[in-house]
Amino acid sequence: MNNYEPVIGLEVHVELNTKSKMFCKCSADYFGKAPNTHTCPVCLGLPGALPFINKAAIEGCMKIGLALNCTVSEKSLFERKNYFYPDLAKGYQISQYRWPLCVGGWMDVKGLEGKRRIRINRAHQEEDTGKLTHASGTTLIDFNRSGVPLVEIVTEPDFKNTTEVRDYAKKLQQLFRYLDVSNADMERGDMRLEANVSVRVKGEGESGKEELPNYRVELKNINSFRFMVAAIEYEIKRQIKELEEGRTLKQETRGWDEDKKSTYLQRSKEDAHDYRYFPEPDLPELRIKQLESRIKEEIPELPWDKAKRFAEEYGIKDADAQILTETRQLAEYFEAAVVHGKKHGVEAKAVANYIVNAKPDIDNFLPTQIIEEIKGKKVGVIEDEKELEKLASEAIEENPGLVETYKRGKVTVIQAIIGSVMRKTGGKVNPNKIREILEERLRLERLPR
Amino acid sequence: MDITNLTLIETIEAIKAKKFSEEELNNAYLKKIAIINPKINAFLEIQKKSRGIPAAIKDVISTKGIVTTAGSKILSNFLPQYNATVIEKLLEQGVSVVGKTNCDEFAMGSSGENSAFGPVKNPWNLARITGGTSAGSAAAVASDMCVFALGSDTGGSIRQPSSLCGVVGLKPSYGRVSRNGLIPAVSSFDTIGPIAKCVADAGLILDWISGADGKDSNCSEIASPLRGLAMTSLRGAAATKQSVKGLKIGMPKEYFSEGLDLNVKKVIEDAIKKLESLGAEIVEVSLPHSEYALAAYYIINPSEISSNMGRFDGIRFGSGREDLGPEVKRRIMLGTFALSSGYYDDYYAKAAKIRTLIKQDFEKAFEKCDVIVGPVSPTTAWNLGEKIDDPLKMYLSDIYTISANLAGIPGLSVPCGFSEGLPVGLQIIGKYMDEETVLNVGEVYEQSTEWRKEKPNLSF
Repeated sequence: MNNYEPVIGLEVHVELNTKSKMFCKCSADYFGKAPNTHTCPVCLGLPGALPFINKAAIEGCMKIGLALNCTVSEKSLFERKNYFYPDLAKGYQISQYRWPLCVGGWMDVKGLEGKRRIRINRAHQEEDTGKLTHASGTTLIDFNRSGVPLVEIVTEPDFKNTTEVRDYAKKLQQLFRYLDVSNADMERGDMRLEANVSVRVKGEGESGKEELPNYRVELKNINSFRFMVAAIEYEIKRQIKELEEGRTLKQETRGWDEDKKSTYLQRSKEDAHDYRYFPEPDLPELRIKQLESRIKEEIPELPWDKAKRFAEEYGIKDADAQILTETRQLAEYFEAAVVHGKKHGVEAKAVANYIVNAKPDIDNFLPTQIIEEIKGKKVGVIEDEKELEKLASEAIEENPGLVETYKRGKVTVIQAIIGSVMRKTGGKVNPNKIREILEERLRLERLPR
Repeated sequence: MDITNLTLIETIEAIKAKKFSEEELNNAYLKKIAIINPKINAFLEIQKKSRGIPAAIKDVISTKGIVTTAGSKILSNFLPQYNATVIEKLLEQGVSVVGKTNCDEFAMGSSGENSAFGPVKNPWNLARITGGTSAGSAAAVASDMCVFALGSDTGGSIRQPSSLCGVVGLKPSYGRVSRNGLIPAVSSFDTIGPIAKCVADAGLILDWISGADGKDSNCSEIASPLRGLAMTSLRGAAATKQSVKGLKIGMPKEYFSEGLDLNVKKVIEDAIKKLESLGAEIVEVSLPHSEYALAAYYIINPSEISSNMGRFDGIRFGSGREDLGPEVKRRIMLGTFALSSGYYDDYYAKAAKIRTLIKQDFEKAFEKCDVIVGPVSPTTAWNLGEKIDDPLKMYLSDIYTISANLAGIPGLSVPCGFSEGLPVGLQIIGKYMDEETVLNVGEVYEQSTEWRKEKPNLSF
């Protein structure tokens, strides 16, 4: 088993949060709207209707590409991907194939082998399809989603394990939100993952030759990071077993069955579509490299760059810097607090500690308020063990609901119990300390009597 | 005065001068339609109105609330939800849709016989074809059943029936007129243009319908529809109006060789001599890749068609594919094959290269001349049914018109005489977006000859 190594590539689709659709003026905000209310001749594919390019979407695609270190192509073309499916109004999807908008980037990921660079083949622009609902023997089509802009990001088969895959996917999601190009919500289908998985005998890929296996299994329609990781892990094991038992693996598409915790065959190579790609004659070619510098200027500091700067500039731990840059809003909140703290002799490190540990509600607490809290704490921090024990007992008594939830296994509610102590004391306890005490007490209470 | 004899410009002036009312105008045309259309089958749908200038619209152009069939059984009940941009623009000018005209199914054909609703008959001889695919539009103008008509030209579909029916037909540059609302045949070749009673009318109609609309991406200031070729730079200064003095007129030798009917050739050569006598300089030019044009055209054409026809699945509108005619099915199959993996490079990619070479042929030729002239069709109107079972023979009848579509440049058909009692059209091809010079040459020729006064005998 140790003789094999996985070869994994990822395709990520992300729906852009533009006002209008990719090729018409219909609202792209379709989620939860009454079916077929965001439609027009273009996205319904009525005869004679033509696509007209949404510039905002193209800029979103360029932003994503450039943030992933891609270059914008001198010449880029839309092509038609022809296939039949009832949710595909025109009988083809306008996509990109031979001439993608952004090419040749990379992203650094952390995995079992430390930091590694994953090459990105392309970031291209396309449009979403309608949505089918199967209900009691009939199939209903909602075209509200038809024509919503999608960007597809394709990596080279560079991932060696699922830790890297997970890190990459998480980072992409964070990136989309930083760039404000998508809500990147997996459950709503804003962001969709597909993985190409194969395995090879170790060493086959060495010596710079990059020998890829002559097959790959596509894992499709998987709507969470967790399921994707599980599906890839399963697939690696399955493929190794097949090889060890002397069978040959074939090109195919597989899905994930969460109940059975296994992948299943969706489509074999013989059934693969011939998409008959050809340049979309309704659209002119794009020659927009000159926009590259302007779009670059619009890209904010990226989360990983921000984290690195926070660690260096404020002398905080890498792990804390990661937490503080989780979202753009939190990072901005932290820096605002640091500026304010400086005026009041509160160090950046203290601000970081407070935010990381106390997790203030940044929508309701001003950065200036937390500086006040930190200052207040400095004056009269409660150190006395007995006093702390008493506070903990009180908190448990006063929050029976939370305690019950905790006991049932949802341990994250401890944060709320800590919060009650913080409020009661005006933030004059060390949250880590009170957490330790609470955890100990709750652990004892969980023991069988 | 027969109202229906008047040109568009004359009609507008007469209404302004209150020589007759719009109601009288419409009644005159509706009366004519009632008498003549049953014999000719030019209209599929007639709108009885009393206001506006009655224009006939090819049935591949979407008209809100008026059934639009594209000449196909599968759309026999299709009611468009919106007007094509050209319709909106005509309505603004006080034009009304008097009817939708018959055409080859989904604009595929060369004779007007591929309609699911029966062939259109040539007003000059009811046993003959009109040419296609804007068959009904050309026949309606030739028989004075409308003031003017709109057609669409994918490989000659405006010019060829105009030539065979003895009327003026203009295929504008690709990108000059929005295609929004035009049920597509070949998206990269399709153009909407006027079919009219005189060249000046065609110029006026072009003026009305051209310009960007924010819906056709290839019809705007920034778009370059001629991929990779900046033919815009070739756009010449429009010649002095009403004169061809000093203008250089190119005669491509490839357009006068084998395959061209000798009588038609004679008529065309006489027309060119006429232009020379009016002060134009005739120069010989060469379009060396013309011999590959037909092959390239009949790769790109079915390829795009196979994709454009994908939406006609009978799920959301229209009936099932079993209702499609044989020519449409043939092109879907040809195109599906040409685009399939493993064949793309041999067919589509190669055809696209030939297309570029043909554009370059024109670029080079236009270094030597201002317009290019030649025949529109190698023959006059043939007998109904004559070529219907021989697709290749049918395709060859487009030999002189398809190059302008491959290159995206304008072409005009102007009546220039008769051969055995059937009309012959002179084709005037111009530089990209230089319709002005094309129309000027056409108008000077037309006004110095009497052909426009010839009308078919319609006293059935």
